[in-house]
Amino acid sequence: MLEIKDLHAGFEGTEIIKGVDLTIKKGEVHAIMGPNGSGKSTLSKVLAGHPDYEVTGGTVTYEGKNLLDMEPEARALEGIFMGFQYPVEIPGVNNSEFLRMAYNARLLYKDPDAEEIDPLDFEEILDAKMKLVEMDHKYKERFLNDGFSGGEKKKNEILQMAILEPKLAILDETDSGLDIDALKAVSQGINRLISGENAVILITHYQRLLEYIQPHFVHVMSAGKIVKSGEKDLALQLEAQGYDWLTAPAT
Amino acid sequence: MKPESPKQGASLEEVLEDQNEYKYGWTTDIETDKFRKGLDEGIVRAISEKKNEPQFMLDFRLKAYKKWLTMKPPAWPNVNYPPIDFQDISYYAEPKPKKKLESLDEVDPEILRTFEKLGIPLDEQKRLSNVAVDAVFDSVSVATTHKKKLMEHGIIFCSISEAVGEYPELVEEYLGSVVPAGDNFYAALNSAVFSDGSFVYIPPDTISPMELSTYFRINTEDTGQFERTMIICAENSYVSYLEGCTAPQFDTNQLHAAVVELVTLDNAEIKYSTVQNWYSGDRETGKGGIYNFVTKRGKCQGEKSKISWTQVETGSAITWKYPSCILQGDKSVGEFYSVALTNGLMQADTGTKMIHIGKDTKSTIISKGISADKSSNSYRGQVKVNKGADNARNYSQCDSMLVGDKSSAHTFPYIESANSSAHLEHEASTSKISEDQLFYFQSRGISRENAISAVINGFCKEVFKQLPMEFAVEAEKLLSLKLEDSVG
Ligand SMILES: Nc1ncnc2c1ncn2[C@@H]1O[C@H](COP(=O)(O)OP(=O)(O)OP(=O)(O)O)[C@@H](O)[C@H]1O
Ligand SMILES: [Mg+2]
Repeated sequence: MLEIKDLHAGFEGTEIIKGVDLTIKKGEVHAIMGPNGSGKSTLSKVLAGHPDYEVTGGTVTYEGKNLLDMEPEARALEGIFMGFQYPVEIPGVNNSEFLRMAYNARLLYKDPDAEEIDPLDFEEILDAKMKLVEMDHKYKERFLNDGFSGGEKKKNEILQMAILEPKLAILDETDSGLDIDALKAVSQGINRLISGENAVILITHYQRLLEYIQPHFVHVMSAGKIVKSGEKDLALQLEAQGYDWLTAPAT
Repeated sequence: MKPESPKQGASLEEVLEDQNEYKYGWTTDIETDKFRKGLDEGIVRAISEKKNEPQFMLDFRLKAYKKWLTMKPPAWPNVNYPPIDFQDISYYAEPKPKKKLESLDEVDPEILRTFEKLGIPLDEQKRLSNVAVDAVFDSVSVATTHKKKLMEHGIIFCSISEAVGEYPELVEEYLGSVVPAGDNFYAALNSAVFSDGSFVYIPPDTISPMELSTYFRINTEDTGQFERTMIICAENSYVSYLEGCTAPQFDTNQLHAAVVELVTLDNAEIKYSTVQNWYSGDRETGKGGIYNFVTKRGKCQGEKSKISWTQVETGSAITWKYPSCILQGDKSVGEFYSVALTNGLMQADTGTKMIHIGKDTKSTIISKGISADKSSNSYRGQVKVNKGADNARNYSQCDSMLVGDKSSAHTFPYIESANSSAHLEHEASTSKISEDQLFYFQSRGISRENAISAVINGFCKEVFKQLPMEFAVEAEKLLSLKLEDSVG
């Protein structure tokens, strides 16, 4: 589904991603761990097409297409979802209207002749999904992420994911900031999404999340590269030993 | 919402950099009768004579002209422009031939086509049945629709020239009663040379059965447009009035110095809405565009009367405009809802004045300024509470939004209170559309264009909801169009 080959990318001339290779197949869950500042968020933003970052080398193929050629909205419409580490606040824009816009954009992309969803029908879908992630209805009428607590923002990301039903979800530290109940709810939400057809990249610092969501692969990113890949037990090892044994002589 | 084809790697600046294409920038090829350039007493007399005005009108004009000679253009607004040569402007232009038009059929078909092209078919049959229109072309009102139907309710809706002829006592009573001839430099100029405009009188106990509207179109290059609008709403009456404006694209600047006077008697209400989209000059060089120097003021003369101004200002090279309310009647209410968008090299200095004279008077000010490109956008508002205005209340909220990092926003609130029982509240904020916000929308499959509209419409929501439905839709579209080119 996704094939990243020797990807180099950076910000205003500084290289942050320094040659990443990663292959993700349908139905797989990949966890990416690694020290602060190692480039995990940058990698996910590059995959989502953030204009601040410049790709300086390598290729990314998504479902047979050159992902790097696609506009950010086209990537989203083709089924990539990015759950932000720091979701931005957008005052003035109503949360449920935003969700409906996104839903309609997807709907019309799949079928240009389709009609936009009836707001009342959408309401029903929204209510069901909010239940799924255990989110209170009052967040529907709030402005998008505006004044949301850290955990509420993360839940709102998962709500969006549940509504957009992406093929590939890249979740950047979605677990950080969630309380224990919320973590369970969010994990359940993610688990429900994982089916034979979808794939998930989980960026996380905590092995705890991986108790709820079983990853098929665990990768360690350090200084802009994936320095180690393994299976679930790698996460346990990292939890016990930290990153030093991997990062010290890496360059 | 249809998915747009993705625009390759557009930066925020690129998305915003549209439209040197001003949609209304064409001219209509018709013969006009134009006075020679320049202003002197002879021109003032000639205008009055051309319009067969009664003596009181000529006196009003001459008094204003003499006052004007002693005045100077205001220097305090936060705008810059080279001095205007008032002798290089023609003060009167009208479509030829000048004869009294008995019906719409006699209007030059070219002019009818012009208005049709602007989306304002004057043909009454085709006209939305809930809006009556007065169309002003250069200096002259060319057609007023639905007159008959309004007359059945006793409502007078006609050009001001016609009102001078047919209802001179009403005009004499109210002309200059809210904006005196010598009020300010541009109001004095207007009073001396105004050519036409709309006149509305709503008799007591009457709710206007339709929205009234005036559409202003400047067509001729070196003429100024000096129209004058008067709306009088008698006891227990209500009217909603809409005003729209466009002008062709010329390299020179045209002066638009209008005066609007509103009067409400006991329990009456006027809702006055404007969507202003005059040509704003070349986006890169700033060449051309309208100088929009307008005096708009309403007097809540009666008890419990109300005047509400809603404006969406999106055009003009320079805007200088402060729709104001004199809250004279006890318990009267004044409102000002404004969206002012500047882009390119536009400059706007706009706001309001709320003057509390009566007891228990209340005013609300909601101002939303959006500045993009290298433009400058200033809010200037005054809240004044006179000694006798017990329990006056004002709530002011002024929000600015910056788009890109070369534009500027300024807020100049002035508060003067001579009565300690007044409650005055002022809030202000400045925000920015950020690249990260737009990216957030895009990462959910929403185009940049729709993202910008959503953020801007969210920002302006409180003002848009004051506009009549069709106007609100129009205004939203206009703002989006101004801020993103890629759609068209
Ligand atoms: N827009 C930017 N401007 C400047 N520096 C940046 C920018 N984006 C990323 N960087 C730098 O690139 C490096 C990698 O950042 P990134 O956010 O990808 O790390 P991370 O692995 O997600 O870290 P964390 O675990 O703390 O979230 C950091 O040193 C960061 O400061
Ligand atoms: Mg990060």
